[in-house]
Amino acid sequence: MNRSVATPWLLVAPGALLFTGLVLVPLVLTVVLSFLAYDHTTGIQDEWTVAHYVHVLTDGYYLAIFWRTLRLAALTTLICALIGAPEAYILSRMGKPWRSIFLLVIIGPLLVSVVVRAFGWSMLLGSTGLVNAALQAIGLGPVRLLYTETAIVIALVHVMLPFMVIPVWTALQKLDPMVEAAAWTLGASRFTALRRVVMPQVAMGLLSGSLIVFGLSASAFAIPGLLGGRRLKMAATLVYDEYMHELNWPLGAAIAILVLVANLVIMLAYNRAVEARARRTLG
Amino acid sequence: MGFLTLEGVSKVYGGVPVVRDVNLAVAKGEFVSLLGPSGCGKTTTLQMIAGLVEPSGGRIRLDGRDITQEKPNRRGLGIVFQSYALFPHMTVAENVSFGLEMRNVPRAERDKRVAEMLGLVHLADMADRYPRQLSGGQRQRVAIARALVITPPVLLLDEPLSNLDAKLREEMQFELRRIQRRVGTTTIMVTHDQAEALSISDRVVVMEGGRMTQIDAPYRLYEQPATPFISTFVGKMNRIAGVWRDGTVTVGNAILESAPADIAPGTAVTALIRPEKLRLCRPGEGRLAGQVASRFFLGGHWLLTVATEAGEIMVSVPNTGEEPAREGEPVGIDWTPATLRVETASEVAA
Repeated sequence: MNRSVATPWLLVAPGALLFTGLVLVPLVLTVVLSFLAYDHTTGIQDEWTVAHYVHVLTDGYYLAIFWRTLRLAALTTLICALIGAPEAYILSRMGKPWRSIFLLVIIGPLLVSVVVRAFGWSMLLGSTGLVNAALQAIGLGPVRLLYTETAIVIALVHVMLPFMVIPVWTALQKLDPMVEAAAWTLGASRFTALRRVVMPQVAMGLLSGSLIVFGLSASAFAIPGLLGGRRLKMAATLVYDEYMHELNWPLGAAIAILVLVANLVIMLAYNRAVEARARRTLG
Repeated sequence: MGFLTLEGVSKVYGGVPVVRDVNLAVAKGEFVSLLGPSGCGKTTTLQMIAGLVEPSGGRIRLDGRDITQEKPNRRGLGIVFQSYALFPHMTVAENVSFGLEMRNVPRAERDKRVAEMLGLVHLADMADRYPRQLSGGQRQRVAIARALVITPPVLLLDEPLSNLDAKLREEMQFELRRIQRRVGTTTIMVTHDQAEALSISDRVVVMEGGRMTQIDAPYRLYEQPATPFISTFVGKMNRIAGVWRDGTVTVGNAILESAPADIAPGTAVTALIRPEKLRLCRPGEGRLAGQVASRFFLGGHWLLTVATEAGEIMVSVPNTGEEPAREGEPVGIDWTPATLRVETASEVAA
């Protein structure tokens, strides 16, 4: 029988079906939807149009939201890298019981729902919250935090940090600890050794961490929804509003596709730029 | 007064002493090996000299200067790590150049010295390769070049040859010695391979259980091992327990003639003789009769185990083209009495 020919197809079939059913079909439907005309009184029409795309790309309101999404996602990624990389380094240098304990501390928040954590932050950052009470106590407050971009970034960093720490930590695990010692013995200070020897080798971990954090931040929904309030929208909340409040599904679909494409382009470009450099030296 | 001295250096890890009261003086230009089985504290000793491990006690002096508390990047010692620890993201030339860059050596001089050093280790045409593109032996030579280019007062080698295959290891032993002679750098090498230690060192330091038990030139170490452990760890040794009687060692009915020794008759002793000091002869001749129990061909020589009244004795027979006695055949064993040393029980305890 042609068993050997059929086997690989049978083996990929479950995965392929899952992928087709859960990703490909909805995506195609969304693309189709985004090209359908819409009328406020009669709803979705049976004719094709690119009006939604033109509308979104020429209206300053939408562009501002896209720009904010991009900016906040990039800022979150940067802060996560600045906090996550040292955190991963310290973690990798920890002794036996502490390493597992602190790894759990870092991963722990993932076990709590994002919605719950967002509400937690809104309580902390509110006008009568703990942060403002503390700021007032030292004579710096009150400061408006909730429903600002600051609140969104703080909460996003908190949620995304494990996605940065874990890839960097994995990269550090693969590092020969003696390589750093070798740099010291050659006259490098601790800082120089980190910068010249350790950092270039964890670049790949930092890259994958950045891609995950950026992608998740740019499409985050619950945090901007709960901490940004009604006015401070990001891409995902905008799409939600178009679908659920305006009921203009084709416009929502067009925005979703645009966000997807933009995200994809940014991530691929970033990946190419960093990976090409790392590949050349690390192989 | 040595160039590099360790004075009562010790290291305790979580209550467990790893290195105990180590004293060593290394002269300028000397090649000293720290030899011992794994876990004897030799690598820890090296790391304390390098500054990567802080001693629990004692002093380390370099050229009279106390460096015990100095940071590794201030000591300026050259170190070749067991894993070589090359920088994988830098080329060979960049690896070698790193130490010079840290010393702010100007570009032109840096390039010149790197090229010279790569020439010395025969890697001049590999300068632009990355470590992953090199063979084990080449990586090892890059590590040596990187450590030597900064003209360190002392070169420390941590099991530098253990990751190489047997043939290459032998080549690199001589290569290492050649480079060391050429540059004249004081060198300390850690190894668990006794053949390696004997062949390239000026002096060998044997470590057992965190202590230095013998410091001697390779020949003396081999001929006059100070402890029972060294006698079997360095080379092969027949150890035969017996009783001292009338200037010989008596084992049951067998009498082993030995070098004269000042021991009270009736004392329990151990007779020591190396397999290559024994000669195989015809049955009935020699000082001891026996029967070949096993026979191994090792290329340059044969190693026979002969069952005798004094127990099983290893005999090394040079491969002269004649095949020695086979398993089961009766043979005689002969030796020069001066080559059979005697150790008393009190020495064994020490």
